[in-house]
Amino acid sequence: MLEISKIRGEFPILSEKVYDRPLVYLDNAATTQKPWPVIRCLEEGYRRHNANVHRGVHFLSQTATEAHESARSRVGRFLNAASAEEIVFTRGTTESVNLVAFSFGETYCREGDEIVVSVMEHHSNIVPWQMLCERRKMRLKVIPMNDRGELQLDEYEKLLGPRTRLVAVTHVSNVLGTVNPVGEIIAIAHRHQIPVFVDGAQAVPHRKVDVQALDADFYAFSAHKVYGPTGLGVLYGKKKWMDEMLPYQGGGEMIEQVRFDKTTYNVLPFKFEAGTPDFIGTTALAAALDYVETLGMGEISDYENQLLQYTQERLAALPGMKIYGQAADKESVVSFRLGGIHPYDTGLLLDKLGVAVRTGHHCAQPLMERLGIDSCVRASLSFYNTREEIDALCAALERIRKMF
Amino acid sequence: MTVNEVQEDIIASFAELEDWMDKYQLLIDMGNDLKPLDEQYKKPQYLIEGCQSRVWLYARFDRESGRVFYEAESDTVIVKGLVFLLLKVLSGRTPDEILGADLFFIEQIGLKEHLSPTRSNGLLSMVRQIRSYAQVFKLKA
Repeated sequence: MLEISKIRGEFPILSEKVYDRPLVYLDNAATTQKPWPVIRCLEEGYRRHNANVHRGVHFLSQTATEAHESARSRVGRFLNAASAEEIVFTRGTTESVNLVAFSFGETYCREGDEIVVSVMEHHSNIVPWQMLCERRKMRLKVIPMNDRGELQLDEYEKLLGPRTRLVAVTHVSNVLGTVNPVGEIIAIAHRHQIPVFVDGAQAVPHRKVDVQALDADFYAFSAHKVYGPTGLGVLYGKKKWMDEMLPYQGGGEMIEQVRFDKTTYNVLPFKFEAGTPDFIGTTALAAALDYVETLGMGEISDYENQLLQYTQERLAALPGMKIYGQAADKESVVSFRLGGIHPYDTGLLLDKLGVAVRTGHHCAQPLMERLGIDSCVRASLSFYNTREEIDALCAALERIRKMF
Repeated sequence: MTVNEVQEDIIASFAELEDWMDKYQLLIDMGNDLKPLDEQYKKPQYLIEGCQSRVWLYARFDRESGRVFYEAESDTVIVKGLVFLLLKVLSGRTPDEILGADLFFIEQIGLKEHLSPTRSNGLLSMVRQIRSYAQVFKLKA
């Protein structure tokens, strides 16, 4: 059992007030708050260990390099990657998608080829593939979903053909909370010898992910969504692809030898890491992963699921409430609209009552179109949220409803 | 009433309200009072697209009086309330009055955040659009 009041004490921002009201932070799918061990790690990094990595002969550079590379191994263990060289640090999930869309595209894709995505993708897992399709005169195909918000696997398999080069799909929907059966999606693609990219941004903070058990070819997530620092992301990629793929960006770190007639590239993972990496961020990410794994991914999952059930039950009881996403397997994200009230108005008034939620199209306009709406309100939960906070959300919504 | 007198009036009606929720209640009531825009003007050429909400703005120049009349609507009631206030201050004015107006009332009633570029509600673009209509009508007058 998680001791929630003790955990809340480890997140200093949770005791902040907004407009003189206690902060109720329910925007965790956008970014999560940081516990003391992560904040301290960042501070210590700059105060005591700051030196550029991978090149200095001096003491500080060597300790910084060790910390950075040990963070890479930490991430590798977190995802159960076969080896740390399959872990590339990026600026975030978005950059991870762009890296694969570019490098995989340059290496393996030709005119007339196809990429398969799903209707519930975040724009970050649509636009880079569309750009690839435009560059290479390729086609994008879309896996549909049913009205509960679950991908239709029978339709999915029909989309796969001899020209399909890659399937890019989200593990968990950032709007509906749907947990997609990525293991099955990958197995189906692999039967056709097609690799799969998984956007894990909304999955990694909530459940244990094992890239080898899933047999994912690529898996990406963002540090800031799993209680780590902002501006840092991870790309896991199977060595067999990553070895062959052309580099994404050129610069320092990614080269073996530079000559004007011919430059040769570094080995994995450095081939994909041009420029000085965020070596202090990576150690803070390792601290964040230590933090969540010490709490226990199973414990986190259980607690968040109970809180999700409670939230959905309480919200559903409000008159005029419409919840989007009734998948059988859901993470702790609840999107809704309250009667005829515009989500912008709902979000704005919730804010004035101290409740932070996200409103809008959530960077998923094709999904909004499928749902027949242009926007919705999203409450997204973390293990530090409580039933009392959900009660505060519901009380605030009751009050708002009466204002219109 | 001058532009500034109307603004002072608005400030006075909000000044009595201390709580945020009361201010917004007044804004919502005003939004509900905003005359709906004629359907013929709810077209793409009158649309100002915000990331989170949309505003339609139609402007008409009355040559005889030399005044610009605006009509507008939004899909959110709170933005409608702000539109109501902006039109109360600026509609039916001469292009010079509109271009010279210093919209201090929004800050004074504590709603300045709605005109910030980070509030993707289309209001800031609407104010710019109101001014550019006035600019065009001034040249035509």
